Amino acid sequence: MTEVTPDNEARGGAPPPSSPPPASPPDNGWRKEYWSRNLRLMVILLAIWFIVSFGFGVLLVEPLNNIVIAGFPLGFWFAQQGSIYVFVILILVYAKMMDRLDSQFGVDEPETEGAAK
Amino acid sequence: MTDIQLWTLIFIGASFAVYLYIAWRSRVKETAGFYVAGQGIPTIANGAAVAADWMSAASFISMAGLIAFLGSDGSIYLMGWTGGYVLLALLIAPYLRKWGKFTVPEFVGDRYSEMVRTIAAVAAIIISFTYVVGQMRGGGIVFSRFLGLDVTGGVIVAAVIIGLYAVLGGMKGITWTQVAQYTVLIVAYLIPAVAVAQQMTGIPIPQVSFGQILDELNAISAQMGLAQFTDAFAARPQIDVFLVTMSLMIGTAGLPHVIVRFYTTKSVRGARYSAFWALFFIALLYTTAPAVGAFTKLNLLQGVNGVSADALPAWVNNWAATGLVTVGDGVTTISSVSNSPASGADLVVNNDILVLASPEIAGLPAPIVGLVAAGGLAAAMSTAAGLLLVISSSFSHDLYFRRVKRDSTDAQRLLAGRIAMGLAVLIAIYAGINPPAFVAQVVAFAFGLAAASFFPVIVLGIFWKRCNATGAAAGMITGMLFTASYMIYTLPVFGTEANPHILDISPEGIGTIGAIVNFVVTIVVSKMTAPPPAEISEMVENIRYPSERRAVTAGNTPA
Repeated sequence: MTEVTPDNEARGGAPPPSSPPPASPPDNGWRKEYWSRNLRLMVILLAIWFIVSFGFGVLLVEPLNNIVIAGFPLGFWFAQQGSIYVFVILILVYAKMMDRLDSQFGVDEPETEGAAK
Repeated sequence: MTDIQLWTLIFIGASFAVYLYIAWRSRVKETAGFYVAGQGIPTIANGAAVAADWMSAASFISMAGLIAFLGSDGSIYLMGWTGGYVLLALLIAPYLRKWGKFTVPEFVGDRYSEMVRTIAAVAAIIISFTYVVGQMRGGGIVFSRFLGLDVTGGVIVAAVIIGLYAVLGGMKGITWTQVAQYTVLIVAYLIPAVAVAQQMTGIPIPQVSFGQILDELNAISAQMGLAQFTDAFAARPQIDVFLVTMSLMIGTAGLPHVIVRFYTTKSVRGARYSAFWALFFIALLYTTAPAVGAFTKLNLLQGVNGVSADALPAWVNNWAATGLVTVGDGVTTISSVSNSPASGADLVVNNDILVLASPEIAGLPAPIVGLVAAGGLAAAMSTAAGLLLVISSSFSHDLYFRRVKRDSTDAQRLLAGRIAMGLAVLIAIYAGINPPAFVAQVVAFAFGLAAASFFPVIVLGIFWKRCNATGAAAGMITGMLFTASYMIYTLPVFGTEANPHILDISPEGIGTIGAIVNFVVTIVVSKMTAPPPAEISEMVENIRYPSERRAVTAGNTPA
């Protein structure tokens, strides 16, 4: 943890996670960067979460109900259908984006022993 | 025995045989230990197990019925019980998985102090217990209808079966049993919904086709003196819709029996994808529920409107035996329908029967009715098993072992856990027979308490290193007390008087305010007292990164 070695076979040979050394690593830069990018992603996704559910489904439901699509008043549709679809997509996007972030920063987990079972 | 009773017994018997077989199989295979089992479970199966664990009798039996009568405002349950998974996936599950112990009281115990652990264990027991009551009631309604008992007898039968099941099969192999239960409950929910959608609109996708009947439903509702189905805020004021939805969402993210499931995934990445699969499986039922509510309500109203009281459809008499459907005294022709006995309507239909009765109301064949009953029981049992495990582990591990007898043996702790479970079942029978409200509402109270106690201290514990034990203890206690006091103030539970709502806030919505109180108290008290020790900060720092950092070569993007 204290230094990043330019390892050639990092993928297969990554050691299993163990408790980190007690001393704080000297290069804290990547940690700050990783964490702030994680927080940024989180804030964006939570903003969408709030706008779709509480915005479209509760606060703006009455004006949106003036638009009717396939028999559904739009506000009603967001409150009972659309928001749920968006929630599912948000979690999938989060999981995919975090996969990318983890591997960019080299903190993704070795999958080998779990997948073997 | 009628056709319906016969088919019900066949489906319930067959599904129980499958659950018991799985429980027995996994026990044989699993000598290595209790928690290790979880590590080998694929993410998608874990997601299905979370979905079964979490979708209770309230989701399966009550929710569509509530939506039928609430109309547009039924969205509080639809959004509230799904949106929380976004919070869980983004704010809680991956971090608690990285930290890697087994109960919520254990996390707050390590993060804060023993004192906070004890408060959390007590809160976990109260919340899970409130929630179990809803399951007993739901299971009781199923047995009452299909065994020809009254609701009291049905609740007792359901409680005995759920209790036995949790003690015997619940300890091991619970995940695979829940996968089977998810399969039973989703099939049982979707088949009648698809059949009704096809029958009424010619489009077999309920999510799409219930748009076709909304105009017709609004028209007949207006004719019978009910609110229009698509009108927002007919049942609750806007502020209350907002607060109840928020309370259910943050309550979902703070429920101990849900959080505990993410420890069984094999990695932090697995926890994220488990949350995705769980919500995906939940959404299958949740997007169907409003369609079931709308179709059933239209069928119901069309079937009874203007019909003379002695020529009502067969389902009315079938369900009248349970006492959950009543025709008003001296009524000759049905011209009004309600879900409230106090309304004085010609026909009173309890919310909790609509899903179970929907195949009968739509005139579907007996096997489908039996299948729905088996699905309702699967929903109640899978949730009750998870809840009873939380009650028993919080009591034996976090209270008895930590507080009463530190040198207790495994056998003593197991016994303490079983006694706690048994007591919970007994009290739940009493509360299930005399419920303070409808099943979904009973459950909503559990969410309010979880929102006001766990969610703030868990989130602050992960995202704010400065948060300390004194703050967390003060926040949890004030949040819980505030929320519980308002619930007791506004509801005629425990023999207290029901007072009017303050500022249009219902007891289901107060959890949101309780959570804000908890956040504020925790932050203010933490700021005023000493920061937590360095090793705690180190622990918080470490749960933020999924694993040790290893080398990354520039330009080499791993799959």
